[in-house]
Amino acid sequence: MQIVLPIIIVSVIGILLGVGLSFACVLMHVPSNKKIRDVRATLPGANCGACGYSGCDGYAEAVANGEAEPNKCTPGGEATAKALSELLGVSVSTVPKTAVVTCDGSCDKVQNEHLYSGISTCKAASMMFGGPSSCKFGCIGLGDCVKVCPYNCITVENGVAVIDRCKCVGCGMCASVCPKGIISLHNADYHHIVKCSNTQKGAVAKKACSTACIGCTKCEKVCEFGAVKVTNNLAVIDDEKCTGCGKCAEACPSKCIKV
Amino acid sequence: MSNLLTIFLAGILTENMILSKFLGICPFLGVSKKVNTAFSMSLAVIVVMLISTLVTYPIYAYILVPAGREYLQTIVFILIIAALVQFIEMALKRYMPPLYNALGIYLPLITTNCAVLGITLLHFTKELNYLEAIFNALGAGVGFMVAMVLFAGVRQRIESADIPKVLQGLPITLISAAIVALSFLGFAGIVG
Repeated sequence: MQIVLPIIIVSVIGILLGVGLSFACVLMHVPSNKKIRDVRATLPGANCGACGYSGCDGYAEAVANGEAEPNKCTPGGEATAKALSELLGVSVSTVPKTAVVTCDGSCDKVQNEHLYSGISTCKAASMMFGGPSSCKFGCIGLGDCVKVCPYNCITVENGVAVIDRCKCVGCGMCASVCPKGIISLHNADYHHIVKCSNTQKGAVAKKACSTACIGCTKCEKVCEFGAVKVTNNLAVIDDEKCTGCGKCAEACPSKCIKV
Repeated sequence: MSNLLTIFLAGILTENMILSKFLGICPFLGVSKKVNTAFSMSLAVIVVMLISTLVTYPIYAYILVPAGREYLQTIVFILIIAALVQFIEMALKRYMPPLYNALGIYLPLITTNCAVLGITLLHFTKELNYLEAIFNALGAGVGFMVAMVLFAGVRQRIESADIPKVLQGLPITLISAAIVALSFLGFAGIVG
């Protein structure tokens, strides 16, 4: 019978608190904003944080209060932005994004400088002399981006990460984990990309990887639209200006400009 | 009066919840990246410590002791503190939205904070009376704030320092926490 009194004490206190709380809940009810709930319902709910807010709830509140633009949701893309702008009665322009790996240094194009047998992540490998590959700018291929991608659209093929353009929603998670910083967001309808991130001088870059951009500026000269710029021995194509004529890709001696 | 002051100061310096009793380490490491978040978190802790002491002390003295069931204190106090924090959260949301926005996300974290439970239990091992217990709770809360804000300041400095790669992140945080705790050891003996 020793146990009866403690049980009574704890359960009575528990019940009293429960009843008190439920009364308090009714008494101090705060009507939650319908607008916020509507906005939240429109969002995809992936909680990826690509908008810069703490999950979809935070973004919904900011949008409903007019503090954020309705086009910040990358996974939702154009459809969500349109739905949101209809809901809020504001106009908005969107360009869907997609992530691109700017490296094409697959196993047959680069050599291994050393054999890495440590922890199997790109981050760990890149701390060891900048990674095992001869090119210190390129993809390590241990797949940190593959693990982080919530949409399973990245694979490592022949030592280089490849992003499936059709599946990618442009949330940018992969770009934030890549220790080499070689994943960037481009307009989803981009035409040509320089698949190299090596900023070393031509001869050095070429030695590291047979398909490296050597900064010869042939692509810059051949482009009629001024879309290609070579800075730091590396060509970069401006998505907005590129029309997809493909002359740069033809002119490139190391074939690092790809569709 | 001097007794109350002694208890208050002891709570801040010699018997600091975090740095000498090692309670509430989770927010100490988790919410100490910026000085202002550390400050709001500690404000919430002070409020909750004070109110839970106000409520749990009479329950211990007038229900558990007469019933001879002092050993129930832990489970009963957890119940009460959890409900209380919920209640405070609701009340703040209803009547003080700005304060709710400042403390909001930290209040639920405090529900299960060991420092809050610890202080309500420690009153009885020290055999304090009601008024002394209130000052003890206040002192512990302010002590919590001192430790949090000091450490947040240290961490902000660390962020811009050039730290060897092996020590970056958590290792250097723990080392500096140890050094801050050591510095509080210097207060031993001045009060209490």
